[in-house]
Amino acid sequence: MILPPQPPPAAPAAPPSIVTIFAVFARIGLLSFGGGLSGWVFREVVVLRNWISEEEFLSGLALAQILPGTNIANLSVYIGQKLRGVAGAAAALGGLLSGPFFAVIALASVYDRFRNIPYADAAMDGVAAAAIGLLLIIVLRGTRHSARRPAGAVALVATFIGVGVLHVSLLIVVAVVGPLSVLAAWLGGRADA
Amino acid sequence: MRDDNVLIALVAVFVPLSFASIGGGTSILAGIQHQSVDVHHWVTSREFVDMFAISRAAPGPGSLLTTLIGWHIAGWAGALTATLALYVPSSLLCYGVAFVWRRHRGKVWHTALEEGLAPVGVGLMMAGVLAIMQLSGGGVLPWLLALGTMALLLRWPKLHPLPLFFLGGVVAVIVRATLS
Repeated sequence: MILPPQPPPAAPAAPPSIVTIFAVFARIGLLSFGGGLSGWVFREVVVLRNWISEEEFLSGLALAQILPGTNIANLSVYIGQKLRGVAGAAAALGGLLSGPFFAVIALASVYDRFRNIPYADAAMDGVAAAAIGLLLIIVLRGTRHSARRPAGAVALVATFIGVGVLHVSLLIVVAVVGPLSVLAAWLGGRADA
Repeated sequence: MRDDNVLIALVAVFVPLSFASIGGGTSILAGIQHQSVDVHHWVTSREFVDMFAISRAAPGPGSLLTTLIGWHIAGWAGALTATLALYVPSSLLCYGVAFVWRRHRGKVWHTALEEGLAPVGVGLMMAGVLAIMQLSGGGVLPWLLALGTMALLLRWPKLHPLPLFFLGGVVAVIVRATLS
């Protein structure tokens, strides 16, 4: 599949203000119905605002998934830290959680009525499926990025099959594939030099 | 039980789970259920399932399930305590790692780590997508909706996703109504 051309990397501008970081992540938190939050973050932070590069996003995504904690919370901390240090990380995480915090309690208060709306579950499933489409954009970009090196492609496929198809524990897969993949990248980097 | 004790119990339950949640919130779902239903009797099994459904229907990360458990047993203070207990510890750890990570940017081993871990991250995300698809009832329709949304966003990257999500919901309702 042919992807649209990437915009040229912009020169690093002044980092956004704390208020802006909070506002952007609050929007991500509130708009992210049906999951797919990483997709929203990618869109808002990389595609629309160019706050961090695609490479940095992918490396942060890997860290966010490997470390304990909700992926999206970790990703927000990672991006906030890069933009404005401690205050940036706190603003990103606080923004991300503040809207959904109240929304989930509000929804719980009206849940019994909501549940009786006909086809409410079908609608939710449809929204969730469409939200996956947003995630698939990252999968596609990340695959293209990783497949530049044969070892990267192998690591990607091995991780996916191990966790997604064979249902091997994530910890084991990461502990086996991770170091091998890093070693391959290190040897590859030395060969280039 | 006095309120203070409940709040302390929430912290005692959710802080360890925060550090245990490797691979995201879904990995500690079983742990949350065990602690809040079987051990502490904060909620019944039925309430737990309902809260899980609510947290999936609401915007934001699915682990806001813990917010609901806190709210259920101790009101606003409980909701806030449970949320912070689950998110702050793992976030502090992530901050520390991200800080060290960035200080070494550009070094050979850092580049190798970055290059080596990125495909693992993408592979995990693919596996997550597959898991969610299997969870949502399966069938061809969710895949068509997901791929259709992806195709539209690839063609027009600045398209706002919300109308597309709405469209996905409408199509799913129409299909369900037609089939039943």
